[in-house]
Amino acid sequence: MADIVLPKNFVPAAAPAAEPGKPFIEIQDVSLYYGGAQALKNISLNLGEKVVTAFIGPSGCGKSTLLRCLNRMNDLIDNVRIDGSIKIGGHDIYAEGVDIIELRKRVGMVFQKSNPFPKSIYENVAYGLRLHGVSKKSEMDAIVEESLQNAAIWDEVKDRLHSSALGLSGGQQQRLCIARAIAIKPEVILMDEPASALDPIATSRIEDLILNLKKEFTIVIVTHNMQQAARISDQTAFFYIGELVEFGPTSKIFTNPSQKRTEDYVTGRFG
Amino acid sequence: MSPRQSTTATRHFKSEKFDFSSFFFSGLTGLATLLILAILAVILLNIIINGWSGLSWHFVSTIPKKDFFDIHTTGVLPMIVGTSIRVIVMTVFVIPVGVVTAIYLTEYAPNTSLITRTIRAAVNNLAGVPSIVFGLFGVGFFINFIGKNVDRALHNSGPVWGQPALIWASMTLAVMTLPVVIVATEESLKAIPPGLREASLALGATKLETIWRIVLPQALPGILTGGILAVSRAAGEVAPILFTGVAYYTSSLPTKLTDQFMDLGYHIFVLSTQSPNIDQTRPILYATVLVLLMLTFALNIVAIVIRARVRKKMRALG
Repeated sequence: MADIVLPKNFVPAAAPAAEPGKPFIEIQDVSLYYGGAQALKNISLNLGEKVVTAFIGPSGCGKSTLLRCLNRMNDLIDNVRIDGSIKIGGHDIYAEGVDIIELRKRVGMVFQKSNPFPKSIYENVAYGLRLHGVSKKSEMDAIVEESLQNAAIWDEVKDRLHSSALGLSGGQQQRLCIARAIAIKPEVILMDEPASALDPIATSRIEDLILNLKKEFTIVIVTHNMQQAARISDQTAFFYIGELVEFGPTSKIFTNPSQKRTEDYVTGRFG
Repeated sequence: MSPRQSTTATRHFKSEKFDFSSFFFSGLTGLATLLILAILAVILLNIIINGWSGLSWHFVSTIPKKDFFDIHTTGVLPMIVGTSIRVIVMTVFVIPVGVVTAIYLTEYAPNTSLITRTIRAAVNNLAGVPSIVFGLFGVGFFINFIGKNVDRALHNSGPVWGQPALIWASMTLAVMTLPVVIVATEESLKAIPPGLREASLALGATKLETIWRIVLPQALPGILTGGILAVSRAAGEVAPILFTGVAYYTSSLPTKLTDQFMDLGYHIFVLSTQSPNIDQTRPILYATVLVLLMLTFALNIVAIVIRARVRKKMRALG
């Protein structure tokens, strides 16, 4: 098998304690249709708890679509039909009577283009807290500070919490969006190409952040950047035109994949 | 040696010929602007020159007796009050209804359904209805249907609600200016990037919470613009209030929603058509026109200042 070029300091992320982490997100035979067109074909996949899973694949392969199924953001689009089942923590999230608000509280999302609210930095992080019933100022102050600390942006904003979030740089805004997402203490964080619009320095800060966050959260990250997937993820799933081609520990996918298509993609022969 | 023939890489990017068509077109658009300004200046100067002499503190603060045509004893206070109040009451009705309709059309209605298309067609057609038709609608619907039935339900001995009144005139104006508010609100809602709504929903907000906490505050300047446009239009309209609430003469200022009122625009009409001596009346007429213009201007300024404050607060607080 041909070698791919791994960064010199690449250390395969340690395998999670139990094998391969207790399955926390169980995707079973999921197919998704936009009207008549099928975007996802019979995807089955178990993602472990408190690990970082990367979805990789060429444009249009369905990785973002699958990601958005996990917090039911695809419900917002007309004409979408989903077959199969998705269980998070043992509960089918598409069952009758599931409270979508509760689901989205437990499964947070960070978007490709950072989208802070046109409010102050404090109010951005506090938004989710206010929605879900936190009203005491001291409690809110504490959670806001903790979230900004955990998003590695506290030192940069602690003196201007009440100034506009739109005055931050792109990388800072994205870290603010991460702080906003973790403030409501979700169990899962979904990240849709979070660093694709950022410069390399901002990108590496986000990657360090993710490696820290995985101690507390289950993370699923969609990325176009294969080196990024190799750097930060424990498990990788490779998608191609709506199908799951291969899924396994990141080190195996990048050094010794079982499928030829996987090998062709990670060695850059296409995509 | 001309620059183009030099062997170094210097090039000058000016064309050698003078571009007549661009110059001509810029000149034409400049002339058009000047023309508009000139027309506006002529109208305003004519009014100011002729009306200034009739303007006085006494004029704007006096309630006139039945004789409108003696410049020393007449006044326009009730007309100023009547015009202002009916515009304000109209705003109270038109802004909530217009904003809610715009929110429904933008945020909730599926784009291709029959109901949505019908509502949009109705709004567009409403904008084209002549003002006098609104006046007749106001009489038939508000006064003769709603007003009469309210009187019946309240067991009033005589017509209290079932007759021309401030509230019916204001509601008729509200119906007339509804399309303006709806369109302005819709435009400002559409200008908000969808990423903001997604971010809010992904944090576990309901659609209503997202609209209330994120979308509407962002759309506020646009909504106020719609309000400004509605106020400007309504302040000068006479036909919709003709049968629905304006009176030739009231002896006191309007105090209840069921009162009739006097109006600057209508008064101008009265002065022009009923005067026994046109030369004597002309200064009063021009002064009244000037007062109407100044009132409209003042209402606009108030609304624009409010909008500027909202924008400043949005930018500073972020």
